[in-house]
Amino acid sequence: MATLQLRRVVKRFHETAVIHGVDLEAAEGEFVVFVGPSGCGKSTLLRMICGLEEVSEGDILIDGVRVNEVPPARRGLAMVFQSYALYPHMSVYQNLSFGLENLRLPRAEIDAKVREAARMLRLDQFLERRPTALSGGQRQRVAIGRAIVREPRIFLFDEPLSNLDAELRVQMRGEIAQLHHRLGTNMIYVTHDQVEAMTMADKIVVLRAGRIEQVGAPLELYNAPANQFVAGFIGSPRMNFLEGTPTAVDGSIGVVVEGIGTIRTDASGEGVTEGARVTLGIRPEHVALGRCGCNDVSFDVAQSEQLGNTTTLFFASPGFAVQVAGQVPARRGEAMSLNLPPDRCHVFDADGKALPRQSKGAAA
Amino acid sequence: MTRLLAMLTARRGRGHLHWTDWASYLHLLIGLLLMFGPVLWLVLSSFKSEAGLVEFPPRLLPYEQARVSVEGYQQPLALFRITAGDMKGRELAEVRRIGLQAQMVDPANPREIIRIPAQDRERVMRLHFALENYGDLTGRFAFGTYLWNSVFITAMATLITLLVNSMAAFALSKYRFSGRDAVFVTILATLMIPPTIILVPNFFIASALGLVNSPWGVIWPGVATPTGVFLLRQYMLTIPDELIDAARMDHASEWRIYWRIVLPLSAPALAVLAIFSVMWRWNEFLWPMIVLNRSETFTLQLALNSFQGELTTSWNYLLAMTVLTLLPVTAIFLLLQRYITQGIASAGVK
Repeated sequence: MATLQLRRVVKRFHETAVIHGVDLEAAEGEFVVFVGPSGCGKSTLLRMICGLEEVSEGDILIDGVRVNEVPPARRGLAMVFQSYALYPHMSVYQNLSFGLENLRLPRAEIDAKVREAARMLRLDQFLERRPTALSGGQRQRVAIGRAIVREPRIFLFDEPLSNLDAELRVQMRGEIAQLHHRLGTNMIYVTHDQVEAMTMADKIVVLRAGRIEQVGAPLELYNAPANQFVAGFIGSPRMNFLEGTPTAVDGSIGVVVEGIGTIRTDASGEGVTEGARVTLGIRPEHVALGRCGCNDVSFDVAQSEQLGNTTTLFFASPGFAVQVAGQVPARRGEAMSLNLPPDRCHVFDADGKALPRQSKGAAA
Repeated sequence: MTRLLAMLTARRGRGHLHWTDWASYLHLLIGLLLMFGPVLWLVLSSFKSEAGLVEFPPRLLPYEQARVSVEGYQQPLALFRITAGDMKGRELAEVRRIGLQAQMVDPANPREIIRIPAQDRERVMRLHFALENYGDLTGRFAFGTYLWNSVFITAMATLITLLVNSMAAFALSKYRFSGRDAVFVTILATLMIPPTIILVPNFFIASALGLVNSPWGVIWPGVATPTGVFLLRQYMLTIPDELIDAARMDHASEWRIYWRIVLPLSAPALAVLAIFSVMWRWNEFLWPMIVLNRSETFTLQLALNSFQGELTTSWNYLLAMTVLTLLPVTAIFLLLQRYITQGIASAGVK
């Protein structure tokens, strides 16, 4: 159990800054997920926390102690690498015991710890095998086991599931979440997969180009994205965006979208000048079928994906997707009536910043 | 075994031999003769007696004139088959030869001397492996000393070469520091300096360090080889950095990372370098000849050279020693050969 603080952390590679002053705090036992598109600096940030990359500016504190100059092994962290980084010439047992041997622990203690970790991760019968003789999921568990035996204050995961197939990924996701529950240790988890982020995190940190876009609980990010980037990144299928100009409607703001008309929202128009460009956003699953007399629109179906439990409809002009529960018969080219509930509409200003809303998008 | 047979009888034509089969087998046969002919000739000749070596026309197998012990004569006598006259077809032993006449004796009836014209007989040859060529080496020459010198120099130099070069390669492949590439290029650039050019300065240094006439004088100057550094560095570049990061997180010191992670994983490249180093060191001639002057410090190669005297050369011993000299390298090669293709391919050196 530990706390982690980042204070104005900057990373530069040869004058090029890749992390631009990140501030972050993780409370004891928290599961924090860094998520963002590739190249956003999330792995670099993780490597700075564990000490494999130097910090160019700012401070990293673990339990309130500055650790910038402390070598990786002394920080009391353990990392699970994307490629697992198992030592290929050592058996599973040796892989697990290597770190403890380096600490010069007594042999009996090492043995006890290794066997305990192996039992916990169901690796008992593989201890004498080489990593190459293991399946992807087993290798993953060895990599986690190597982190567990060290009894770290914080676990770091660098895209640990990206090499697994879809089914195994779901299973391992559950196992890591269980592990966190059982050990109660802080975990910092890097991924580009928003589903992993949403399902596992206590707190999600959305990064883009070396800057934090938003920090919050998974549903907070889903319901009230702070900007257009987070809105587009969190949620699948992606949020629909329609560009338009703002207009005042009954104290809140409406968006005039060319070719569609005025869409009413419950966002306040504070600070928005008439004639500026704004973007309307609504999630595919929040669009309703049929007419209700408010924000009614009609688009031609370009494509439909029938998954049985849900139906996703795509419309070509404007580029728009709708996801509804159940099975909806739809033919290509058929006109479909839809309505966009105002309390589900997000409005972003020209800089992409979300305008404050009255309903806060709470689940209805 | 069946796979070997399948490989040896592989052909393109079905049921009959395609012309490409003829061409490839001819090509392979010529190659085999070219490669193994001289070696086979050498090995067979090393079993010939001194007389057998100067035989003309030369024979492939070590034949030698048969000799029999005859009652009343101290030395065994040479056997001849009579080709003409009354005694045609009989085998007689030669007592002595006087001009065109030879005094012969029948081994079954040693008392009677028979005179035979020298051109009416031919020698009786038999297969005889002159193992004494090998046996005498240890007694007559300090063969053991030369062998030990060679083995010591080869083994020590190879061990040190592997250690020094792998350490340099580790630093050059896994650490980021300014000037790293410059250092690497400089090391590679020394490949362009022919060793003969730095022979004299090298000797001055060896002599100043008191290494003349010491095996270490042969070992030290050659342990750092640009080829070795290059070979190992290229291989180590393929070891994922994440492994080293993981080891660092595992409290491993830099030395332990090198010793426990990088070295074992570089085994194929190390094997290749070991083979090269053994071959270089075992066959090295020029530098040892300059550094080692006293015969008790000679390596096998120097000893072989000293066998070729100004007036006489004991070819039978020279050949036997050459065969023995070839054996260790061949053994090492056979032992490590499976690493060679693997190592050379993955080190990116062709």
